[in-house]
Amino acid sequence: MNVKAANAEALRRLTAAEPVLIDCVPASEAFGLEPQTVLHAGPPIEWTAMSPPVQGAIVGALRYEGWAPSEAAAIDLAARGGLRFEPCHHRGAVGPMAGIVTGSMPVFVILNRAFGNRAYATINEGLGRVLRYGANDENVLARLAWLRDEVGPLLGRALRRKSLDLRPIMAQAVRMGDEMHQRNIAASALLARALFPSLAREANGPALTRFVDFLGDHDQFFLNLAMAAAKAALDPLVGIAGSTVVTTMARNGTEFGIRVAGCGGRWFTAPVNMPQGLYFPGFGPEDANPDMGDSAIVETVGLGGMAMATSPAVARFVGAGGLAEAIRITEEMREITLGEHPHFRIPTQDDRGTPVGIDVRRVVATGITPLINTGIAGRKIGVGQVGAGFVRAPLGCFTAALEALAADPA
Amino acid sequence: MTLETVLGRPLRVINLGLDAFALELQAAGVQVVHVDWSPPAGGDPRLAALLTRLDDDDSPGGDQER
Repeated sequence: MNVKAANAEALRRLTAAEPVLIDCVPASEAFGLEPQTVLHAGPPIEWTAMSPPVQGAIVGALRYEGWAPSEAAAIDLAARGGLRFEPCHHRGAVGPMAGIVTGSMPVFVILNRAFGNRAYATINEGLGRVLRYGANDENVLARLAWLRDEVGPLLGRALRRKSLDLRPIMAQAVRMGDEMHQRNIAASALLARALFPSLAREANGPALTRFVDFLGDHDQFFLNLAMAAAKAALDPLVGIAGSTVVTTMARNGTEFGIRVAGCGGRWFTAPVNMPQGLYFPGFGPEDANPDMGDSAIVETVGLGGMAMATSPAVARFVGAGGLAEAIRITEEMREITLGEHPHFRIPTQDDRGTPVGIDVRRVVATGITPLINTGIAGRKIGVGQVGAGFVRAPLGCFTAALEALAADPA
Repeated sequence: MTLETVLGRPLRVINLGLDAFALELQAAGVQVVHVDWSPPAGGDPRLAALLTRLDDDDSPGGDQER
């Protein structure tokens, strides 16, 4: 198969995906995550190279699991090699920001009905001081325990009663102004509406009230589902010989990594960039950690910053201007993609599809790199989120992938 | 003597690449269409050669079958 045919097949698989939310179970059950194993966002990385918020999140996870009784014990356990670190992506999972997943954490199970593969993501904890931004105080750990003991089992029962097709929800939300990375208000509301009948049949009293209060107050609840749906859509492309389509973009707070369909599971990395954006009161660029998280899987599937034109409110929120600039950004992203998504359509662009299928060749030829919307984590352990903005993927990843593809063009 | 005198008709320009030329001409009242173009891979000949190897229509080893 030549490059053109390989990429046509990649685009066909990507846009044919049918992600269905079917369950919520502990990671140990969902994909056999072993004890003493810690999944993280981005390409592979060892403890000593991790940035402070990633280390902070790991410390919190070790205390939450009961593998370390204190912060000092957790750091000692990690530093002396007592843990196995592995990218979420190697287990079919994705995690926002630090992206830490351990065995008892409940994960959503997404089935790609068109191809039979599955993808996983944890339940989003909310905004502010949360584990994924490196916060690890008692409130953070208590929320994680509640998600494990009450929310995860409830969602599992509700979803086994009735699974939910995510593509129609996502398509509708894109039309309602969600680019699905920094804005998930519409998708979260649509999901809640679809979920409530089963929730009401599986729980009552304080347990139901606690979760409904959480869901009703959580604009970004859908983010992790959008990420897992994107992962489920992209995984069937892995290994299409000769294809130059990007299947993964992910950051671990130190390096940015991409993977490309024609190169299977191989990572191509470059130093990660600093996000630009707007900061919460009391914080500024000097407080920011470099870019992190698996959430760029949303851009990899053609949403997030790639679809900025559908979400002018986000363009303003992340400091990227208004509607005209949002449209200009999406038009620019069309220069590095192979097609338009047949289901995700942008009202401000006469219902054109979102740009989909990032082509390594076009990125290198034009020098235009994908634009990613992102939260900004504090660079110190325990601070949490300090702002939101956007960041460019580093060109070096794409150049390295191009070299590998040219060396073995299938 | 102006250019228009030399050419015998109004000057109309298509400018490729650097926009400074287009802006200068526009400032002088010349009708200009600017095309935002740059050489592939920023003009890096090694990367341009790799891009050619992976071209849609000229892929080495490609069987050209659909």
